[in-house]
Amino acid sequence: MTPLAATIAGIGYWSEGLPGWAAARAFANTGTLPADAPARPAPQLLPANERRRAPPSVLVALEVAQAACRDAGLAPDSLPSVFISTHGDLGITDYMCTTLAQAPTEVSPTKFHNSVHNAAAGYWTIGTGCMRTTTAISAHRASFAQGLLEALAQLATDADAVLLVGYDTWATGLLSTMTHSEGLLGAALVLARTGPGPRITATLEEGEAGAGDGPLAMRGHANAMAPMLPLFDALACGRDRVALHAGAGRHLQLDIAHG
Amino acid sequence: MPATSPPRPMPPIAIRAFSATTALGHGVEAQAGALAARRGGLRRNDFGPSPLPTWIGRVDGIEDAPLPEALAAWECRNNRLAWLALQQDGLREALEAAVSRHGADRVALVVGTSTSSIGASEEGYARATVDAQGQPCFPPDLQRPMVHTLHSLGDFLQHATGVRGPCMTVATACSSSAKVFAQAARLIHAGVVDAALVGGVDTLCGSVLFGFNALGLVSAEPCRPFDASRDGLSLGEAGGFAVLERAAPDEDGLQLRGYGESSDAHHMSAPHPEGLGATLAMRDALARAGIDPGAVGYLNLHGTSTPANDAIEARAVAALFPDSLHASSTKGWTGHTLGAAGIVESVFALIALRDGLLPGTLNSATPDPACGPQIRFDHVQRPTAWAMNNSFGFGGNNCSLVFGKGGAA
Repeated sequence: MTPLAATIAGIGYWSEGLPGWAAARAFANTGTLPADAPARPAPQLLPANERRRAPPSVLVALEVAQAACRDAGLAPDSLPSVFISTHGDLGITDYMCTTLAQAPTEVSPTKFHNSVHNAAAGYWTIGTGCMRTTTAISAHRASFAQGLLEALAQLATDADAVLLVGYDTWATGLLSTMTHSEGLLGAALVLARTGPGPRITATLEEGEAGAGDGPLAMRGHANAMAPMLPLFDALACGRDRVALHAGAGRHLQLDIAHG
Repeated sequence: MPATSPPRPMPPIAIRAFSATTALGHGVEAQAGALAARRGGLRRNDFGPSPLPTWIGRVDGIEDAPLPEALAAWECRNNRLAWLALQQDGLREALEAAVSRHGADRVALVVGTSTSSIGASEEGYARATVDAQGQPCFPPDLQRPMVHTLHSLGDFLQHATGVRGPCMTVATACSSSAKVFAQAARLIHAGVVDAALVGGVDTLCGSVLFGFNALGLVSAEPCRPFDASRDGLSLGEAGGFAVLERAAPDEDGLQLRGYGESSDAHHMSAPHPEGLGATLAMRDALARAGIDPGAVGYLNLHGTSTPANDAIEARAVAALFPDSLHASSTKGWTGHTLGAAGIVESVFALIALRDGLLPGTLNSATPDPACGPQIRFDHVQRPTAWAMNNSFGFGGNNCSLVFGKGGAA
């Protein structure tokens, strides 16, 4: 394929114990964890009452999206966006299936509209007043690589910069016997056609990608969005080559020029 | 409206094959025949153990069409409908031809859904049992993790077709299988692939029937889009696909000519009161096609039959298009097929281009006062060079598509 390229203009990161990209980068390089890390993200984009009610998938996605835009120095409402989640909000799926099995007419309308896969994308565009396109994608273990391809294709056609957000929640209830995911994890990139920052070049190649042995990949391995972590280890530690699982026995090869 | 400039015109994308399977039947001719005869597909809700009093667009034959043995691991209602829809109208032959021309790794698979196979997960909860340790578990026949996640649809189709290019499931609620055209076009234009199988599949399930009911958006009667007395939607299920390929210069045939995508930035389940997002999506689709609104002969509206959607969409259409536009909602025939609405109604727009059948609106008699002269309840038979489709989803997610014919510009 024609290689696709982008500059990483901004990065956002949140996991339990590592509530930001600076903390994640420090952990990847020194193994230190910050003291007093908050138990859940509190994105300033949402009013306090909505922050209390919002599902964890929305909280983590908005937190890292906002951080990446801040890091890039770009206005959130200027960016098209790609939201990636393997399973969406697993707590809401468990709620919907439980309620439907027990008392279907008691389904909460708010929980129902929060159950759509593009809930985080919707709250993001509403919270930032962004009228640009947004999409919500899943490709199981290949989700992040496939979402990255869509973001790079937007840059190659007509976007100047794109926000890319990957996140997953923990499995709960009966669904957790089928779907394995632990903890809350999110990361975001603002990708730009040009400008300062690490430059990535991507090609789809044959062969499986490994799970990654970097500190962030090891720490976050149990979350369903873990296949994105080798990229964040590479960005944190200055590595110049990384492979992301892309499905069908292929991987997305990323070459990184740290500049 | 935000000060973004409209996009540049895009190179055409050829449509090698297309099909839809809905409550009207399996394949394009069943759709075209039912549209022409004004024969609707809605029936009284007979889905599930405790059906709500509403009307649904249910696809016949799914219960009798198990997946082939080799694909049994993906067995569920949604993947059955995907498989059924894929057998129609030369889709597989066109896909195989694209694979032989370009290689399996140069063909993408981009499919949309709202709820994928969550019906299987709902069934797992309803039929829960206990394992040897006494712990709650799914019944053994449903202990298949892949059908309990969203990418069930894309993963199934990847295994069913052998396509090895980018493969993703797009889930932006009711705009999902319109956005797949835009995403596949970008992958082709960016040189990642040369062709793509796009489409969407959504099946009836408890989540959507009881969920839309909880939001107060479901009618007890067959839906009446754009009628002054409309009081909600009828849900439906459907599957459909199209095979897309980079068009050669000056070639004839049906083509994707433009797409426009936007966000309302307003509310999770209510449209922007002035239809700003809808207007932006339509404007960008026309700009990518390089045509004026007056060139469009048929517009298939989102037209869900909810009081809010139809009034706002009608106003946005009246503000953008001349009175001569023939615009209609076909949801009175199929019901609102959610994540499949984009592909189904794109197929209806392609039928309008192919046959000159510009459908009216079923079940509706008295136009809402918000309707401009563009909103039509009666059919017209008239050749047209350009047709459009609107699909809008929860989260304020909008997509408009423009279809044309090679050499028509």
